[in-house]
Amino acid sequence: MTPMRILGLLGLFTLALLAVIGPDLIGFDPARQDLRAILVSPGTDGHLLGTDHLGRDLAARLLEGARITLALTAFAVASAAIIGVALGILAAWAGGLIDGGLVTLSNGVLALPGLLLVLLMAAIVPDSWWTLYAGLALTLWVEFFRLARTRSQVILRSPAVEAARMMGLTRSHIVRRHIWPDLASQILSLAAFGAATAVTALATLGFISIGLRPPTPEWGIMMSELLPSWRIAPWAIGAPIIALAITVLSLRLVAGPETELEA
Amino acid sequence: MTMSETLTPARRAEARRLRASFVKLLAARLFQALVVALIVGIVGFAMMQALPGDAAYRIAAGRYGYDVVDAAAAEAMRLQLGLDRPALEMLMVWIGQALTFDLGHSFVTGAPVVDEILHQLGHSVGLAFISILVALALAVPVGTLAGLRPGSLFDRISGGAALVLRATPAFLIGILLILFIAVELRLTPASGHGHGTHFVLPALTLGLVLGSVLSRVVRNAVAEAVASEPFRFARQKGLSLPAALRRHAFRNAAVPVITYLGVQTALLLEGVVVVESVFSWPGIGHALTHAVFERDIPMVQGTALVLGLGFVVLSFVVDISCRMLDPRLAQ
Repeated sequence: MTPMRILGLLGLFTLALLAVIGPDLIGFDPARQDLRAILVSPGTDGHLLGTDHLGRDLAARLLEGARITLALTAFAVASAAIIGVALGILAAWAGGLIDGGLVTLSNGVLALPGLLLVLLMAAIVPDSWWTLYAGLALTLWVEFFRLARTRSQVILRSPAVEAARMMGLTRSHIVRRHIWPDLASQILSLAAFGAATAVTALATLGFISIGLRPPTPEWGIMMSELLPSWRIAPWAIGAPIIALAITVLSLRLVAGPETELEA
Repeated sequence: MTMSETLTPARRAEARRLRASFVKLLAARLFQALVVALIVGIVGFAMMQALPGDAAYRIAAGRYGYDVVDAAAAEAMRLQLGLDRPALEMLMVWIGQALTFDLGHSFVTGAPVVDEILHQLGHSVGLAFISILVALALAVPVGTLAGLRPGSLFDRISGGAALVLRATPAFLIGILLILFIAVELRLTPASGHGHGTHFVLPALTLGLVLGSVLSRVVRNAVAEAVASEPFRFARQKGLSLPAALRRHAFRNAAVPVITYLGVQTALLLEGVVVVESVFSWPGIGHALTHAVFERDIPMVQGTALVLGLGFVVLSFVVDISCRMLDPRLAQ
């Protein structure tokens, strides 16, 4: 654990905590408009971060947005990791036709650059969590698959595994005691890196009006809504920008520099 | 000397290996092209299914207007588009038509999708080309200066800046440039297309996205070349720094730089879609997001197909040029 990674984990923990308990602490409904108090500055009338162009409480919207972003990202990355790692180990173990088929499949998915695949999935049904989730998971599993497959191939050929096999130890023992310990630390890095990609993709699609739609308080949507108010209320658009920056930065710090070089 | 110029068995085997690796690459990319067409076809079909109400009626209404459309017009549309046929058959028909460059007509404008795309493609290619030039113009000087003195203050600052830029989403760089350069300083228009100044912000955004990591690639290549024996000898025998750089550093540095530009094809394509949408640049990426928003299915399919196939073709060109630059990769 490097200090940078601890800092990133601390940031993520704080964000998650705020996303879970924050909306209840704020006491404002993120969708409630108050047209007599639009774009008020932070601290006015109990509005911790002020209000947006429709008089909705910014802090409440920001935290609701954190809930949406973190929940979608967590589900998508977790699904991608489970599917990718399972298929990767399977491919390395089975070899032959199964391995060839899975590698071909993963190469096929790579034919569409990441964001384009998510965008197309999101296009099927507008304003749907499910298509965004499916698009992200479909894009992200490939990296987990590749990592798990390559590492497992190396480990399965090692003398330790050969000895374990000769001693008659079960498959589940080999996966648990030989493959998993080696993969675990790298999977954390890859998951954090994939999560940073997912958070960025969600905000991007929100900003360009694909994916989730207003009045959902997603960060990208908030940015596009608040862009015209920049001259009157620069703090308003500043809030989702800073929230997004802190999230991506924390995830990058957890991912560490080794994955940075591959990108 | 003459021995090596005739075709020895070893050379023939070498040529065979090169050809085999070329065929293998081509097969892999052709497979990817097929997958792109399949995914795009399936997405279009799924979008059709997800349209609320009767798809044929919606499409007919979209083309002729809601006030003139009736059940007969919807039925005619159903027959014309073959919406009554089974899903698999529709997919096959779509792929067959795409192979003959027939991508159907836009639901919104009624114009052939191919015509619209040909028009937009020029704008996208222009933007991408200028962005790559901007990326090189930023990355080569910064990377060279940093690479000449690894570990110096400039090296660390430019390295940190590259890391931050790489982690920043492209649309966010776009927003910040709009806010500070277009809105605050009023130096350029915020978005749109028309005369030269409209190029500045989109090209700068995409240039920064592409140039950030590229500057580190240049820096590593230059640092390695500067530390090498030939470069140090050239300096010792009295060759000036620019001349030594030109002869002994830049040539070596060119290989990783071009390879890296190739690796970034995906980033370039994503960037084109995002940057065009942010700056209302009338290219193919903007057309795609616009069509998704308007649920104009043939336009979504057409633009996504061209972007996807463009990516596959570019990747193939990159594979081949990397192999030509560095024959060791073929083995």
